[in-house]
Amino acid sequence: MSDLNRAAPRIVACPNGPLLVRGELDLVTPEGDPIERKRRTIALCRCGVSSIKPFCDGTHKAIGFTTTE
Amino acid sequence: MALSETLTKQGTFPTPPFSARGPLSVRLLDLLSAAPDGDPHLIPLADEALQAATDIVHDDDIQLALFLLYGLHYGSVVETDDAWEWHPSLIALRLHLEAAFEAELRRVVPVPALPEPSSAAVAAALFALTGEDSGPSLSRYIAAKANREQLAEFLVHRSIYTLKEADPHSWAIPRLTGRAKAAMVEIQSDEYGGGRPERMHATIFAGMMRGLGLDDRYGSYVDQVPAVTLASLNMMSMFGLNRRLRGAIAGHLAAFEMTSSIPCGLYSRGFRRNGFGQDVTWYFDEHVEADAVHEQIAGRDLAGSLAEDEPSLLPDILFGAAACLTVDGWAGAHILDAWTAGNSALRVPLVTGAAASAPASGSES
Ligand code: FES
Repeated sequence: MSDLNRAAPRIVACPNGPLLVRGELDLVTPEGDPIERKRRTIALCRCGVSSIKPFCDGTHKAIGFTTTE
Repeated sequence: MALSETLTKQGTFPTPPFSARGPLSVRLLDLLSAAPDGDPHLIPLADEALQAATDIVHDDDIQLALFLLYGLHYGSVVETDDAWEWHPSLIALRLHLEAAFEAELRRVVPVPALPEPSSAAVAAALFALTGEDSGPSLSRYIAAKANREQLAEFLVHRSIYTLKEADPHSWAIPRLTGRAKAAMVEIQSDEYGGGRPERMHATIFAGMMRGLGLDDRYGSYVDQVPAVTLASLNMMSMFGLNRRLRGAIAGHLAAFEMTSSIPCGLYSRGFRRNGFGQDVTWYFDEHVEADAVHEQIAGRDLAGSLAEDEPSLLPDILFGAAACLTVDGWAGAHILDAWTAGNSALRVPLVTGAAASAPASGSES
């Protein structure tokens, strides 16, 4: 019950892909304006080439982005 | 487009707006035109159809018959007496046709080598499988070349599944447990708009059809699509409705999501190039972002967890994914081949010539 109420954010670093974000957190511009979050679970781009940043658009696959050390 | 308009309940037809394609579908449509009376024995007729078919996946009569039978569970295909849904004669017919359909799919679909039954390995294998380039691409053609008539044809093909988007996979929810079920529900909740009906993907798609002057009532364009387009939906329905195939439906959804976000960006580009605005491209724009999320959940949390929890399902997870790529690949190639040869990709022409006269979006009436 308490877990549900807090809905602590959890970020999954997806291999060769985005950061998958679940739970409550504020997503804002540098000015502090909210960035619209259209769904409960979001994927944030970490390859740098998405056309809908800060969200992932799947292009990381097309460029062969890898996260392996 | 007014919000209230996008919320309009999907219309239905009092009698099927499409025709039979052979003796089996003739008989089925005839039966469904009245309430059940006795127990028609349909297996001999089904066997004749199966023996006559050279390729079940591309057979018009058999695929339409399956489409009608699954339609009894979905609704909006043939408006008929509800008692038909679980009528023993029709269930027996469906099982009989499904056995042959599944056997054919298992014969023709190339399944890759099995990974370890771990979440990470399964996700990696599915991303590798879906990342293989399979030749000429319908999405690239649509981005660069398709005209308005072709865009309308594309939506006609897509409408068979997409006006019921997510429903075939939802059959699997009670057939899964634990982590895989939670992942499936997480994806499906987003498909159904996350509690906002106007954001339901099937509803957004219906709005796009209207934006091109197409009829968004389910079944409007069944006559126009080839057997393989019906087979694509029938395959999902079969995987979803049979608990023993829950591995296949999980793999199918993973492959479907993994091959969606980049093509949807290209489709959106094609519609914008033809002068359509965001009210029309919304569906594809939405999927660019949504499916980049869903593919991660589907790979690791749905298919991957399922493989960890029930390793015996691993072969079917890969089979379902490969079957999605194979059958949808054929359906896409059918369209692309017709267009590059200068032909329509429809089985019969659009009656109304709707798309040609569709106003550019944004020009309010
Ligand atoms: S991580 Fe997916 S596009 Fe950048």
